[in-house]
Amino acid sequence: PHTEMADREERRFAEISRESVKFMAESTGVELGDDVAGLLAEDVCYRLREATQSSSQFMRHAKRRKLTVEDFNRALHWSNVEAICGYGAQDTLPFRSAKEGELFFIEDRDINLVELALATNIPKGCAETMVRVNVSYMDGKGNLEPQGTVPSAVQSLSDDLLKYYQQITRAILGEDPHLMKVALLDLQSNAKIAALLPYFVYVISGVKSVSHDLEQLNRLLHMVKSLVQNPYLYLGSYIRSLVSSVMYCILEPLAASINPLNDHWTLRDYAALLLSHIFWTHGDLVSGLYHQILVSLQKVLSDPVRPLCSHYGAVVGLHALGWKAVERVLFPHLPAYWANLQAVLDDYSVSNAQVKADGHKVYGAILVAVERLLKMKALSLSQQSDGGSSGQTGFAGGSICYRVSSPGLSPPPEPLSEATLGIASHLQAGGAGCPLEEWTPVPLPAMYCELYSFFGDSLAVRFSTGPGDARKEPPGPTSNPDTTRKMPQLTANLNISPRHDGSPRTDPTPPSLAATGSGRSLTRSCSSSSSVQRSRSSSRSGQRSAGLSRDVFPKARFTSSQTGPPAFSFLIGGRQMGLRCQGRRPFQTNFAPTPPLSAVPPRAYAHKLPVIGRVGKPVRRWACSHYSLHLPL
Amino acid sequence: FRAVPDDGGLVDADEDKDIKTEASNDSWGNNNANDGRLLSPSPGSSASAGSNKSAAGASEEQQTLLAVLQFLRKNKLTESVEILRREAGLPEDSLEPKGADSLLSRVTASSTAGAQAPTKVAAGEDQPDVNVVLSAYSQQGDPALYEVYYSGLKRFIESVLDCHRAELSQVFYPLFVHMYLELVYNNHESEAKAFFEKFSGDQECYYEDDLRVLSSLTKKEHMRGNETLLDFRTSKFVLRISRDSYQLLKRHLQERQNNQIWNIIQEHLYIDIFDGMPRSKSQIDAMSGSLAGEAKREANKAKVYYGLLKEPEIELPLDDEDEEAENEEGKPKKKKPKKDSLGSKSKKQDPNAPSQNRIPLPELKDSDKLDKIMYMKEATKRIRLGPDNLPSICFYSFLNAYQGLTAVDFTDDSSLIAGGFADSTVRVWSVTPKKLRKVKSAADLNLIDKESDDVLERIMDEKTASESKILCGHSGPVYGISFSPDRNYLLSSSEDGTVRLWSLQTFTCLVGYKGHNYPVWDTQFSPHGYYFVSGGHDRVARLWATDHYQPLRMFSGHLADVTCTRFHPNSNYVATGSSDRTIRLWDVLNGNCVRIFTGHKGPIHALAFSPNGKFLASGATDGRVLLWDIGHGLMVGELKGHTDTIYSLRFSRDGEILASGSMDNTVRLWDATKAFDDLETDDFTAATGHIHLQDNSQELLLGTYMTKSTPVIHLHFTRRNLLLAAGAYNP
Repeated sequence: PHTEMADREERRFAEISRESVKFMAESTGVELGDDVAGLLAEDVCYRLREATQSSSQFMRHAKRRKLTVEDFNRALHWSNVEAICGYGAQDTLPFRSAKEGELFFIEDRDINLVELALATNIPKGCAETMVRVNVSYMDGKGNLEPQGTVPSAVQSLSDDLLKYYQQITRAILGEDPHLMKVALLDLQSNAKIAALLPYFVYVISGVKSVSHDLEQLNRLLHMVKSLVQNPYLYLGSYIRSLVSSVMYCILEPLAASINPLNDHWTLRDYAALLLSHIFWTHGDLVSGLYHQILVSLQKVLSDPVRPLCSHYGAVVGLHALGWKAVERVLFPHLPAYWANLQAVLDDYSVSNAQVKADGHKVYGAILVAVERLLKMKALSLSQQSDGGSSGQTGFAGGSICYRVSSPGLSPPPEPLSEATLGIASHLQAGGAGCPLEEWTPVPLPAMYCELYSFFGDSLAVRFSTGPGDARKEPPGPTSNPDTTRKMPQLTANLNISPRHDGSPRTDPTPPSLAATGSGRSLTRSCSSSSSVQRSRSSSRSGQRSAGLSRDVFPKARFTSSQTGPPAFSFLIGGRQMGLRCQGRRPFQTNFAPTPPLSAVPPRAYAHKLPVIGRVGKPVRRWACSHYSLHLPL
Repeated sequence: FRAVPDDGGLVDADEDKDIKTEASNDSWGNNNANDGRLLSPSPGSSASAGSNKSAAGASEEQQTLLAVLQFLRKNKLTESVEILRREAGLPEDSLEPKGADSLLSRVTASSTAGAQAPTKVAAGEDQPDVNVVLSAYSQQGDPALYEVYYSGLKRFIESVLDCHRAELSQVFYPLFVHMYLELVYNNHESEAKAFFEKFSGDQECYYEDDLRVLSSLTKKEHMRGNETLLDFRTSKFVLRISRDSYQLLKRHLQERQNNQIWNIIQEHLYIDIFDGMPRSKSQIDAMSGSLAGEAKREANKAKVYYGLLKEPEIELPLDDEDEEAENEEGKPKKKKPKKDSLGSKSKKQDPNAPSQNRIPLPELKDSDKLDKIMYMKEATKRIRLGPDNLPSICFYSFLNAYQGLTAVDFTDDSSLIAGGFADSTVRVWSVTPKKLRKVKSAADLNLIDKESDDVLERIMDEKTASESKILCGHSGPVYGISFSPDRNYLLSSSEDGTVRLWSLQTFTCLVGYKGHNYPVWDTQFSPHGYYFVSGGHDRVARLWATDHYQPLRMFSGHLADVTCTRFHPNSNYVATGSSDRTIRLWDVLNGNCVRIFTGHKGPIHALAFSPNGKFLASGATDGRVLLWDIGHGLMVGELKGHTDTIYSLRFSRDGEILASGSMDNTVRLWDATKAFDDLETDDFTAATGHIHLQDNSQELLLGTYMTKSTPVIHLHFTRRNLLLAAGAYNP
């Protein structure tokens, strides 16, 4: 593990502490004195550096930029040291920290050799190595093809592959939905299409040329999904191209968006969902991507010239990347953004009707995002304060969650950020067991206050249903010890918050996988629903009347009647929301000046609350979150 | 054979004669089978390899011999001892261990860097034994004073006149290293660390890599076995300083009685003093950067016959078909002055050319003559390149090269392309419609009518025709490959320590040349075939002939791996680039190092001779291309532009354009004519060996051509000057 550090951080040296040496010795049953361990540690460091140095020579002669395990083993071999077995993986090995104490290790999973030997899904038909020539520059000038793009010449494929390629693209982009389904399914499971990958990627990069056609865009996104899910494909840096195509669908003011009848919102939702999926499954392929995406989302969000649908895309995208992304980008930006949105929403003129409707969309999206932010933040805080043991159950949603989640860590280190920030910085940034000391976000109550000032009632309502949302995720309800009240997160947080008060909140934090894993319903419902409008307008009025006075809020519409666990129901489409204020009211009153101190566990209505926009379908294995209008194939 | 311990300088005279008479004389291969081991990069051997023949008088030769014998005996090579002793006519009791030991110590430590330059200043007298080389540091001063000494010198140098400061500043780095090592050697770990912390920042940035190695070294135990540092100590760091500056330094050190520093300068530095103007900072920077300082001026004084050999006279048949074709197209029948001019050009004997048989070359076969004719025909259709007429570039992309493409070569006629891969295979593709076929099996061959006209066609097995063939045999990544000029053979060098010769008729391995015992980084056929050169991790380049399983020459002197090897167009010289950041030119005839070029700041990975044999271009990990005048032994140009390692360099067929391919996914074209013309008018200050390089990279850069995420690892100009580039698509 430490050698890898040396490789990555060229200028810095790997240091192996004497404790490490002692641990190693103990593991083989040798007791070492301090001084011996110290000497050994120094020597080991030196030998490691020496081996790293000489291994770089093998890398250079193989004309690579990346130092591989083989290079290192070769260096060892030629200096008469036995090679290290067991570290020859193709992919980067995730660097983890154990929750207890400062112990870092590389996750080196056991490989079931029997399974491997008897495996039937051995990738076959690995594309044959071949040489292809093209005239790149005629007479030293003129590019015959644009530089730096994926080769588009299909003719260099074998006939079979070519046929396959044509059939598949035709089926996917063609008229017959059944054919498309079949094609996508095959694309998802075919082991022999490695050679075609560049071509499919190229096809997908054609999103820009069909931005007028929602149907085509959808199909292309489905193609992305199929490719991403294909276990035999190594996407490598093609992931970058795929992501940029997906981002295009999320962010760009598509030609199709001009017509208000076109439901490009769904497309954006779906693309965002896809984006998050790509991240959780392939995020480690390209370093720095996560960061780039955050930056570009932020750019779009902070660009007032962009149409609202772009902003919507940015919000949805951030939401898809996890609550930490929301916390890091959206939340700090909210006050600035709010003013613009407010202006749009306040304009009741007829000519503004369409824009206003879009504005509501954005509003709804932000609402969903920040709610989840609050929820997850509260959850993570409560986990920490409880020693983190109980919270883990909340993340049981979906196998993918588990795939990346690290052992016993409340915010599991997110693979991408590892690549982005480099191991060392990442570890400091919060992969360790005690991340909060290092990066200090806005304390939850402050955050809540601020958000409440924007959203008012609508926020509170959602907040209270929040835990249910998270809890509902796991397949079985059994894991959730039901308790009877709401807002426990807040309380839990309160115990902690003094620590963080006044600390800077600038530090970027990797998004939590768990957060996105149990990703929330981004709803269309909220957008056009009258209730949202209502609450929005209420928040507006709240702001106008100097901030936080909640008396102004027109609460009357929420008819509350019962006590006890209510059976909630509401209609999507915004005509009527039943009983929502039930959960909110006591909270609200308690909260305003100083938050309540009653410590209550969460998940009050976990299993009783239908969530806005939740589809009644079984959870799709690969997608940890369900979007309201997720397009089934 | 100069470098071969067991032959020493003794057999050398005979060898020269042999070469002149017959190339395949057996005495060429009379190297001891163990020479590979002898030259393994252990400190002892690398030093002994450099034993200095030309400086040796008769008695010293005797001593050398004794030392070699002693060494052999120590390594239990009794048989070799016996043979050598008998050949040298020494009595059996001549190997008194006691005497030989001390002799050995004197011989082995003689400078490896200096080649045959007679050692001047403090060389020779108190050379430390290689075994006690570490203890050279045992004489120590007060460790606490090291910083004082160093900063004292620093203050002094900062206070001298500007014109001297740059020159004297050269002393900093070697002094710094040696003082640091002394501290480490004498177990003053904390002082050493403090010393390093304090002064490492002052060193030139191009020593960064070495400093990194140094900084990790804090214990005496680590010094043992660190080859880089052993070299640093056994070879003297060479500085070129003007007499005035040197006097200044000397006076200062003597006035201050700064013996510590003076001792280091005396013992570990070689100061090459010249008369004349002190050099400027940029002049110094251009030449420094190598592991052991600059080359001594004497090292580049030897005469180099860089001219081309006379082309054999071949009757050019009237190229009827072409003429007819042209006539059919209605063009007027051309006269053929071109052909005459071509012929006359090669008939003139170049005054700088070696004599035709200086190195025995294989006789031309009929097929070679045919190929020459083809070559000339093609040459008449060659496009004249220039700044206004740049070549078209074709890119050969290796797709799906998940095995890791590590080396590429084209045949001269561009009909075949071969790739070496990290999975130990070599793959050959035909880039023409003509498929690759194997020769039929022996049984089938018997059935062929050997008298028929198309017998050459008949021996091929149609069933085996395919576009590509895979050659398996190596057991490690293939790092270098080279086609023979006649396209019948292919060489490959590999991490497994061998060079293999493959037949392109049968697509089987013919010979495995063992000798390097360590990874072989590069290999190349001579332009005339038959010979080839290889270089590897053992810091030795070897010259081989295809029909000898042992090397004919061993070129040793590099202080680090030999990373690339190239034959001079006249086959009389071999250039090697190394990770000690120097380039050396070796005389194939006698194995002498005739040029040492310093100036690169990183390991050298590409070399190319200009077609006229006068110039050499080199590319390194520092992303720069340097141009060298071989005759004068001077750097004549620096081409900056690439941002990553340069893996490939090639001159166009007429030498007007230099193409460079790099890891940064670009091909760049440079105006070679201009680069070299500009300096013909310059008068070289050859006496001092100084250069004034103007920074004109941008003027010389004719074009930058991006690939599609494909590092360019090979370049090749076809006979008509179309530029072919190759690399593996790296998504």
